Amino acid sequence: MEWIIIGAIAFLTGITASMGLGGGFILVIYLTVFAQIPQLAAQGINLVFFLPIAAVSLFFHAKNRMIEKSVILPSVLFGAVGVLIGVWAANALGSEWLSKLFAGFILLVGIRELVMAFKTPKKNEEMEDKPEPEIEIKELSE
Amino acid sequence: MKWKEKFKYGALGFVSGILNGLFGAGGGVVVVPMLEKFGIHAKKAHATSIAIILPASLISAVLYFANGNLDLMSATAYLPTGLLGAGIGALLLKKITVRWLKLLFALVIIAGAVRILFQ
Repeated sequence: MEWIIIGAIAFLTGITASMGLGGGFILVIYLTVFAQIPQLAAQGINLVFFLPIAAVSLFFHAKNRMIEKSVILPSVLFGAVGVLIGVWAANALGSEWLSKLFAGFILLVGIRELVMAFKTPKKNEEMEDKPEPEIEIKELSE
Repeated sequence: MKWKEKFKYGALGFVSGILNGLFGAGGGVVVVPMLEKFGIHAKKAHATSIAIILPASLISAVLYFANGNLDLMSATAYLPTGLLGAGIGALLLKKITVRWLKLLFALVIIAGAVRILFQ
């Protein structure tokens, strides 16, 4: 039974993570609430879990030409600095306080997602095949 | 790309990096809406967010490992179905509306947040 639950959780996490919906939250919630793993260790497991998931997703997204390459370099460079600060803060807080902060954050994210889901029309506008704004063209004209 | 544009995406990466390091997850919830706000099409924003978060997660994982907060073997149990879900999710992204998935996701994390706050 436990394997079925683990499989289902991982499957849901994989789908939502590959779509950039923040799927890692689901796995961290399962690990801390049900598997009783400390917050920092749960986050560590989620990071390891996410790496191959992201690599697989990225492969398919690149194949489908879904990646906007021009934004990656500055985001990744400054992202690395952000990671250093985030990891330092996580260790400074410790698992107990971190779990409360995590809960507060995902509560806000969940409420926002819920509101957005009801606000958007039935045929979700963001997923409709409306013409894409051509950033490359805009850049060339600048 | 102009400097202003670079700074914009740099700031976006910085915030998502902090979240990634702090919570080991969640960069996407900032990156996706911001990329959309910056004029990138929704589907591309979802896909591009992975390309931004993957390097951040790699650095986070190394730092978690260095701090003794990472058990490589514990993650393996979740990988087979997780990878299957990732493959399906990535393939479906081009074809489906994610409205119901988002709704389910929102309800799951709200329930999880309440459980953590009151446990």
